[in-house]
Amino acid sequence: MSGDDNPLFQLFWTFALISLFAIGGANAAIPELHRIAVDVRHWMTDKQFADAFAIAQLSPGPNVLIVTLIGYSVAGVAGAAAATVAMCGPTAALAYVVSRWLSNVRDARWPAVLQASLVPLSIGLMAASALILVQASDRTWPAFLLTVVAAAVASITRVNPLWLLAAGGCLGFAGLL
Amino acid sequence: MTAETAPAAPVTADIAKHPPSLRTLFFAFAKMSLSGFGGVLVFARRAIVEEHRWMTAEEFNETFALCHFMPGPNIVNLSLVFGSRLRGIAGGLAAFAGLLGPPTLLVTGLAAIYGHFGQVDALRRVLAGVSCVAVGLLASAVFRMMSPLLKKRDVLGLMVMLAVFAAIGLARLPLPAVLLAAVPLSLAVTYAKLRWAR
Repeated sequence: MSGDDNPLFQLFWTFALISLFAIGGANAAIPELHRIAVDVRHWMTDKQFADAFAIAQLSPGPNVLIVTLIGYSVAGVAGAAAATVAMCGPTAALAYVVSRWLSNVRDARWPAVLQASLVPLSIGLMAASALILVQASDRTWPAFLLTVVAAAVASITRVNPLWLLAAGGCLGFAGLL
Repeated sequence: MTAETAPAAPVTADIAKHPPSLRTLFFAFAKMSLSGFGGVLVFARRAIVEEHRWMTAEEFNETFALCHFMPGPNIVNLSLVFGSRLRGIAGGLAAFAGLLGPPTLLVTGLAAIYGHFGQVDALRRVLAGVSCVAVGLLASAVFRMMSPLLKKRDVLGLMVMLAVFAAIGLARLPLPAVLLAAVPLSLAVTYAKLRWAR
Protein backbone atom coordinates (compact mmCIF):
# COMPACT_ATOMS: atom_id res chain seq x y z
CA MET A 1 0.00 0.00 0.00
CA SER A 2 3.00 2.31 -0.26
CA GLY A 3 1.55 4.13 -3.27
CA ASP A 4 -1.64 4.87 -1.39
CA ASP A 5 0.23 6.34 1.57
CA ASN A 6 2.44 8.61 -0.52
CA PRO A 7 0.92 12.11 -0.18
CA LEU A 8 2.24 13.24 -3.58
CA PHE A 9 0.60 10.30 -5.28
CA GLN A 10 -2.63 11.01 -3.43
CA LEU A 11 -2.53 14.71 -4.35
CA PHE A 12 -1.88 13.94 -7.99
CA TRP A 13 -4.69 11.45 -8.28
CA THR A 14 -7.19 13.56 -6.40
CA PHE A 15 -6.63 16.72 -8.42
CA ALA A 16 -6.35 15.00 -11.79
CA LEU A 17 -9.72 13.41 -11.15
CA ILE A 18 -11.36 16.62 -9.92
CA SER A 19 -10.07 18.59 -12.91
CA LEU A 20 -11.86 16.28 -15.32
CA PHE A 21 -15.16 17.28 -13.72
CA ALA A 22 -14.38 21.01 -13.52
CA ILE A 23 -16.82 22.13 -16.20
CA GLY A 24 -16.72 25.90 -16.55
CA GLY A 25 -13.32 26.49 -15.00
CA ALA A 26 -11.58 26.28 -11.67
CA ASN A 27 -14.26 28.09 -9.66
CA ALA A 28 -16.76 25.41 -10.61
CA ALA A 29 -14.53 22.83 -8.93
CA ILE A 30 -14.39 24.60 -5.57
CA PRO A 31 -17.20 22.61 -3.89
CA GLU A 32 -15.45 19.37 -4.79
CA LEU A 33 -12.02 20.71 -3.76
CA HIS A 34 -13.56 21.76 -0.44
CA ARG A 35 -15.34 18.45 0.05
CA ILE A 36 -12.19 16.43 -0.58
CA ALA A 37 -9.62 18.67 1.14
CA VAL A 38 -11.67 19.56 4.23
CA ASP A 39 -14.32 16.88 4.75
CA VAL A 40 -12.87 13.70 3.26
CA ARG A 41 -9.07 13.90 3.57
CA HIS A 42 -8.84 16.48 6.38
CA TRP A 43 -5.90 18.16 4.68
CA MET A 44 -6.95 21.59 5.96
CA THR A 45 -9.61 23.36 8.04
CA ASP A 46 -12.53 25.35 6.74
CA LYS A 47 -10.71 28.55 7.69
CA GLN A 48 -7.50 27.51 5.93
CA PHE A 49 -9.52 26.72 2.81
CA ALA A 50 -11.10 30.18 2.86
CA ASP A 51 -7.64 31.71 3.35
CA ALA A 52 -6.29 29.72 0.40
CA PHE A 53 -9.09 31.05 -1.79
CA ALA A 54 -8.33 34.60 -0.66
CA ILE A 55 -4.59 34.24 -1.35
CA ALA A 56 -5.29 32.75 -4.78
CA GLN A 57 -7.57 35.69 -5.59
CA LEU A 58 -4.93 38.18 -4.45
CA SER A 59 -2.29 36.61 -6.68
CA PRO A 60 -1.93 37.15 -10.41
CA GLY A 61 -2.41 34.20 -12.70
CA PRO A 62 -5.21 31.76 -13.40
CA ASN A 63 -7.52 31.31 -10.40
CA VAL A 64 -6.84 27.58 -10.43
CA LEU A 65 -3.84 28.34 -8.21
CA ILE A 66 -5.88 27.59 -5.08
CA VAL A 67 -4.82 23.97 -5.71
CA THR A 68 -1.17 25.05 -5.47
CA LEU A 69 -1.89 26.28 -1.94
CA ILE A 70 -3.73 23.11 -0.99
CA GLY A 71 -0.85 21.03 -2.36
CA TYR A 72 1.67 23.07 -0.39
CA SER A 73 -0.19 22.61 2.86
CA VAL A 74 -0.14 18.84 2.36
CA ALA A 75 3.38 18.20 1.08
CA GLY A 76 5.37 21.43 0.77
CA VAL A 77 6.93 22.59 -2.49
CA ALA A 78 6.68 19.15 -4.12
CA GLY A 79 3.01 19.01 -3.15
CA ALA A 80 2.39 22.45 -4.65
CA ALA A 81 3.96 21.34 -7.94
CA ALA A 82 2.16 17.98 -8.00
CA ALA A 83 -1.25 19.55 -7.34
CA THR A 84 -0.78 22.24 -9.99
CA VAL A 85 0.40 19.85 -12.69
CA ALA A 86 -2.34 17.34 -11.91
CA MET A 87 -5.07 19.98 -12.01
CA CYS A 88 -3.87 21.53 -15.30
CA GLY A 89 -2.01 18.90 -17.32
CA PRO A 90 -4.57 16.19 -18.12
CA THR A 91 -7.40 18.56 -19.04
CA ALA A 92 -5.14 20.74 -21.22
CA ALA A 93 -3.99 17.59 -23.03
CA LEU A 94 -7.62 16.60 -23.51
CA ALA A 95 -8.51 20.05 -24.87
CA TYR A 96 -5.57 19.76 -27.28
CA VAL A 97 -6.72 16.38 -28.57
CA VAL A 98 -10.31 17.55 -28.98
CA SER A 99 -9.28 20.73 -30.78
CA ARG A 100 -7.20 18.69 -33.23
CA TRP A 101 -10.11 16.38 -33.80
CA LEU A 102 -12.57 19.25 -34.27
CA SER A 103 -10.42 20.91 -36.91
CA ASN A 104 -11.21 17.86 -39.06
CA VAL A 105 -14.88 17.57 -38.16
CA ARG A 106 -16.89 20.72 -38.72
CA ASP A 107 -20.45 20.70 -37.50
CA ALA A 108 -22.02 24.11 -37.03
CA ARG A 109 -24.69 22.92 -34.63
CA TRP A 110 -22.86 21.20 -31.75
CA PRO A 111 -21.27 24.29 -30.15
CA ALA A 112 -24.69 25.93 -29.68
CA VAL A 113 -26.18 22.80 -28.12
CA LEU A 114 -23.16 22.23 -25.91
CA GLN A 115 -23.07 25.85 -24.79
CA ALA A 116 -26.80 26.04 -24.08
CA SER A 117 -26.67 22.89 -21.98
CA LEU A 118 -23.41 23.44 -20.10
CA VAL A 119 -23.69 27.14 -19.21
CA PRO A 120 -26.51 26.61 -16.66
CA LEU A 121 -24.51 23.75 -15.13
CA SER A 122 -21.42 25.84 -14.63
CA ILE A 123 -23.40 28.76 -13.19
CA GLY A 124 -25.01 26.36 -10.71
CA LEU A 125 -21.57 25.04 -9.75
CA MET A 126 -20.18 28.54 -9.26
CA ALA A 127 -23.17 29.55 -7.16
CA ALA A 128 -22.54 26.49 -4.98
CA SER A 129 -18.89 27.57 -4.69
CA ALA A 130 -19.99 30.98 -3.48
CA LEU A 131 -22.29 29.45 -0.87
CA ILE A 132 -19.61 27.11 0.46
CA LEU A 133 -17.08 29.94 0.68
CA VAL A 134 -19.61 32.21 2.42
CA GLN A 135 -20.12 29.52 5.04
CA ALA A 136 -16.36 29.08 5.44
CA SER A 137 -15.37 32.74 5.63
CA ASP A 138 -18.32 34.86 6.76
CA ARG A 139 -18.43 34.01 10.45
CA THR A 140 -19.89 37.31 11.65
CA TRP A 141 -22.63 39.66 10.47
CA PRO A 142 -20.22 42.48 9.49
CA ALA A 143 -18.21 39.93 7.47
CA PHE A 144 -21.35 38.80 5.64
CA LEU A 145 -22.33 42.41 5.04
CA LEU A 146 -18.90 43.09 3.51
CA THR A 147 -19.38 40.16 1.11
CA VAL A 148 -22.78 41.49 0.04
CA VAL A 149 -21.44 45.02 -0.47
CA ALA A 150 -18.44 43.72 -2.46
CA ALA A 151 -20.76 41.64 -4.65
CA ALA A 152 -23.01 44.65 -5.28
CA VAL A 153 -20.14 47.05 -6.05
CA ALA A 154 -18.48 44.55 -8.39
CA SER A 155 -21.79 43.95 -10.17
CA ILE A 156 -22.73 47.54 -10.86
CA THR A 157 -19.35 49.27 -11.30
CA ARG A 158 -16.20 48.45 -13.25
CA VAL A 159 -13.83 49.13 -10.37
CA ASN A 160 -10.64 47.03 -10.38
CA PRO A 161 -11.23 44.02 -8.07
CA LEU A 162 -7.81 44.56 -6.49
CA TRP A 163 -9.07 47.77 -4.83
CA LEU A 164 -11.99 45.91 -3.32
CA LEU A 165 -9.70 43.14 -2.04
CA ALA A 166 -7.36 45.76 -0.56
CA ALA A 167 -10.27 47.54 1.11
CA GLY A 168 -11.39 44.23 2.61
CA GLY A 169 -7.89 43.62 3.93
CA CYS A 170 -7.84 47.05 5.59
CA LEU A 171 -11.25 46.55 7.21
CA GLY A 172 -10.09 43.17 8.49
CA PHE A 173 -6.83 44.61 9.81
CA ALA A 174 -8.78 47.32 11.62
CA GLY A 175 -10.64 44.57 13.44
CA LEU A 176 -14.08 45.51 12.13
CA LEU A 177 -15.13 42.03 11.01
CA MET B 1 14.37 28.07 -32.29
CA THR B 2 15.69 30.54 -34.84
CA ALA B 3 12.42 32.30 -35.56
CA GLU B 4 13.43 35.37 -33.52
CA THR B 5 14.04 36.87 -36.97
CA ALA B 6 10.35 37.77 -37.39
CA PRO B 7 9.54 40.70 -35.12
CA ALA B 8 5.78 41.07 -34.53
CA ALA B 9 4.72 41.30 -38.15
CA PRO B 10 1.88 43.78 -38.66
CA VAL B 11 0.15 41.59 -41.25
CA THR B 12 -2.07 38.98 -39.58
CA ALA B 13 -1.99 36.52 -42.46
CA ASP B 14 1.80 36.12 -42.21
CA ILE B 15 1.52 34.35 -38.86
CA ALA B 16 1.31 30.96 -40.52
CA LYS B 17 4.65 31.56 -42.29
CA HIS B 18 6.45 33.30 -39.43
CA PRO B 19 5.17 31.84 -36.18
CA PRO B 20 6.57 33.36 -32.96
CA SER B 21 9.52 31.60 -31.34
CA LEU B 22 9.07 29.37 -28.31
CA ARG B 23 10.74 32.02 -26.18
CA THR B 24 8.34 34.68 -27.43
CA LEU B 25 5.39 32.41 -26.66
CA PHE B 26 6.68 31.63 -23.17
CA PHE B 27 7.25 35.27 -22.24
CA ALA B 28 4.01 36.49 -23.84
CA PHE B 29 1.99 34.02 -21.77
CA ALA B 30 4.04 34.72 -18.63
CA LYS B 31 3.29 38.40 -19.06
CA MET B 32 -0.46 37.97 -19.51
CA SER B 33 -0.57 35.61 -16.58
CA LEU B 34 1.34 37.92 -14.23
CA SER B 35 -0.82 40.92 -15.21
CA GLY B 36 -3.97 38.90 -14.64
CA PHE B 37 -5.17 39.84 -11.21
CA GLY B 38 -8.67 38.45 -10.82
CA GLY B 39 -8.59 36.57 -14.12
CA VAL B 40 -6.26 36.17 -17.06
CA LEU B 41 -8.81 36.05 -19.89
CA VAL B 42 -8.99 39.82 -20.47
CA PHE B 43 -5.21 40.07 -20.70
CA ALA B 44 -4.95 37.00 -22.92
CA ARG B 45 -7.46 38.46 -25.35
CA ARG B 46 -5.66 41.80 -25.41
CA ALA B 47 -2.22 40.23 -25.95
CA ILE B 48 -3.22 37.60 -28.50
CA VAL B 49 -5.70 39.63 -30.56
CA GLU B 50 -4.63 43.27 -30.23
CA GLU B 51 -0.97 43.36 -29.25
CA HIS B 52 0.56 40.45 -31.16
CA ARG B 53 -2.24 39.94 -33.71
CA TRP B 54 -1.81 36.19 -33.52
CA MET B 55 -5.53 35.63 -33.99
CA THR B 56 -8.60 37.59 -35.08
CA ALA B 57 -11.27 38.31 -32.47
CA GLU B 58 -13.51 35.64 -34.01
CA GLU B 59 -10.77 33.00 -33.99
CA PHE B 60 -10.05 33.83 -30.37
CA ASN B 61 -13.71 33.51 -29.38
CA GLU B 62 -14.00 30.20 -31.15
CA THR B 63 -10.86 28.80 -29.51
CA PHE B 64 -11.90 30.07 -26.11
CA ALA B 65 -15.40 28.63 -26.45
CA LEU B 66 -13.90 25.21 -27.00
CA CYS B 67 -11.55 25.55 -24.03
CA HIS B 68 -14.35 26.86 -21.85
CA PHE B 69 -16.61 23.88 -22.45
CA MET B 70 -13.86 21.35 -21.99
CA PRO B 71 -13.27 20.43 -18.35
CA GLY B 72 -10.44 22.05 -16.42
CA PRO B 73 -9.18 25.60 -15.96
CA ASN B 74 -10.12 27.14 -19.29
CA ILE B 75 -7.34 29.69 -19.72
CA VAL B 76 -4.79 26.92 -19.11
CA ASN B 77 -6.49 24.80 -21.76
CA LEU B 78 -6.31 27.79 -24.08
CA SER B 79 -2.56 28.19 -23.63
CA LEU B 80 -1.81 24.63 -24.74
CA VAL B 81 -4.33 24.63 -27.60
CA PHE B 82 -3.27 28.04 -28.86
CA GLY B 83 0.49 27.53 -28.52
CA SER B 84 0.36 24.22 -30.34
CA ARG B 85 -1.65 25.78 -33.15
CA LEU B 86 1.23 28.19 -33.80
CA ARG B 87 4.24 25.96 -33.13
CA GLY B 88 3.18 22.37 -32.58
CA ILE B 89 3.42 20.55 -29.27
CA ALA B 90 6.58 22.44 -28.25
CA GLY B 91 4.77 25.74 -28.75
CA GLY B 92 1.86 24.48 -26.69
CA LEU B 93 4.16 23.47 -23.86
CA ALA B 94 6.01 26.81 -24.01
CA ALA B 95 2.75 28.74 -23.66
CA PHE B 96 1.49 26.37 -20.93
CA ALA B 97 4.74 26.72 -18.96
CA GLY B 98 4.73 30.49 -19.38
CA LEU B 99 1.16 30.80 -18.16
CA LEU B 100 1.55 28.52 -15.13
CA GLY B 101 5.22 28.60 -14.13
CA PRO B 102 5.80 32.13 -12.84
CA PRO B 103 2.50 32.53 -10.92
CA THR B 104 2.87 29.05 -9.43
CA LEU B 105 6.32 29.99 -8.09
CA LEU B 106 4.86 33.20 -6.67
CA VAL B 107 1.92 31.45 -5.01
CA THR B 108 4.22 28.77 -3.60
CA GLY B 109 6.21 31.59 -2.00
CA LEU B 110 3.00 33.04 -0.54
CA ALA B 111 2.06 29.57 0.72
CA ALA B 112 5.40 29.35 2.55
CA ILE B 113 4.80 32.76 4.13
CA TYR B 114 1.29 31.70 5.15
CA GLY B 115 2.73 28.49 6.60
CA HIS B 116 5.06 30.52 8.82
CA PHE B 117 2.87 33.47 9.72
CA GLY B 118 -0.67 32.18 9.15
CA GLN B 119 -1.30 32.12 12.88
CA VAL B 120 -0.18 35.73 13.43
CA ASP B 121 -3.24 37.67 14.50
CA ALA B 122 -2.84 40.68 12.18
CA LEU B 123 -2.44 38.45 9.12
CA ARG B 124 -5.45 36.38 10.11
CA ARG B 125 -7.59 39.51 10.32
CA VAL B 126 -6.36 40.87 6.97
CA LEU B 127 -7.02 37.55 5.24
CA ALA B 128 -10.47 37.35 6.80
CA GLY B 129 -11.32 40.71 5.22
CA VAL B 130 -9.80 39.75 1.89
CA SER B 131 -11.70 36.48 1.74
CA CYS B 132 -15.05 38.18 2.44
CA VAL B 133 -14.46 40.41 -0.59
CA ALA B 134 -13.12 37.55 -2.72
CA VAL B 135 -16.34 35.62 -2.14
CA GLY B 136 -18.35 38.73 -3.03
CA LEU B 137 -16.44 38.98 -6.33
CA LEU B 138 -17.29 35.37 -7.09
CA ALA B 139 -20.96 36.03 -6.33
CA SER B 140 -20.98 39.00 -8.70
CA ALA B 141 -19.48 36.81 -11.44
CA VAL B 142 -22.37 34.40 -10.87
CA PHE B 143 -24.93 37.22 -11.20
CA ARG B 144 -23.32 38.43 -14.42
CA MET B 145 -23.41 34.95 -15.94
CA MET B 146 -26.99 34.43 -14.80
CA SER B 147 -28.47 37.61 -16.26
CA PRO B 148 -28.65 36.37 -19.90
CA LEU B 149 -30.66 33.36 -18.71
CA LEU B 150 -33.03 35.66 -16.81
CA LYS B 151 -33.35 38.01 -19.77
CA LYS B 152 -34.14 35.20 -22.16
CA ARG B 153 -36.54 33.69 -19.59
CA ASP B 154 -34.73 30.41 -20.12
CA VAL B 155 -36.79 28.43 -17.60
CA LEU B 156 -35.17 25.10 -18.40
CA GLY B 157 -31.69 26.55 -18.03
CA LEU B 158 -32.58 28.20 -14.73
CA MET B 159 -34.05 24.94 -13.44
CA VAL B 160 -30.89 23.02 -14.35
CA MET B 161 -28.85 25.74 -12.64
CA LEU B 162 -30.93 25.55 -9.46
CA ALA B 163 -30.85 21.76 -9.40
CA VAL B 164 -27.05 21.70 -9.66
CA PHE B 165 -26.79 24.41 -7.02
CA ALA B 166 -29.01 22.45 -4.64
CA ALA B 167 -27.26 19.13 -5.24
CA ILE B 168 -23.74 20.51 -4.80
CA GLY B 169 -24.17 23.54 -2.54
CA LEU B 170 -26.96 22.39 -0.21
CA ALA B 171 -26.90 18.58 -0.30
CA ARG B 172 -23.08 18.49 -0.75
CA LEU B 173 -23.24 15.53 -3.11
CA PRO B 174 -20.01 14.47 -4.84
CA LEU B 175 -19.37 16.37 -8.08
CA PRO B 176 -18.75 13.35 -10.36
CA ALA B 177 -22.07 11.74 -9.44
CA VAL B 178 -24.00 14.96 -9.96
CA LEU B 179 -22.39 15.70 -13.32
CA LEU B 180 -22.80 12.16 -14.61
CA ALA B 181 -26.53 12.66 -14.13
CA ALA B 182 -26.81 16.36 -15.01
CA VAL B 183 -24.69 16.58 -18.18
CA PRO B 184 -26.57 13.95 -20.24
CA LEU B 185 -29.90 15.21 -18.94
CA SER B 186 -29.11 18.83 -19.78
CA LEU B 187 -27.78 17.88 -23.21
CA ALA B 188 -30.89 15.84 -24.01
CA VAL B 189 -33.29 18.53 -22.82
CA THR B 190 -31.45 21.28 -24.71
CA TYR B 191 -31.23 19.26 -27.89
CA ALA B 192 -34.93 18.42 -27.74
CA LYS B 193 -35.79 22.06 -27.11
CA LEU B 194 -33.70 23.26 -30.09
CA ARG B 195 -35.25 20.68 -32.41
CA TRP B 196 -38.72 21.54 -31.23
CA ALA B 197 -38.15 25.27 -31.67
CA ARG B 198 -37.15 24.83 -35.28
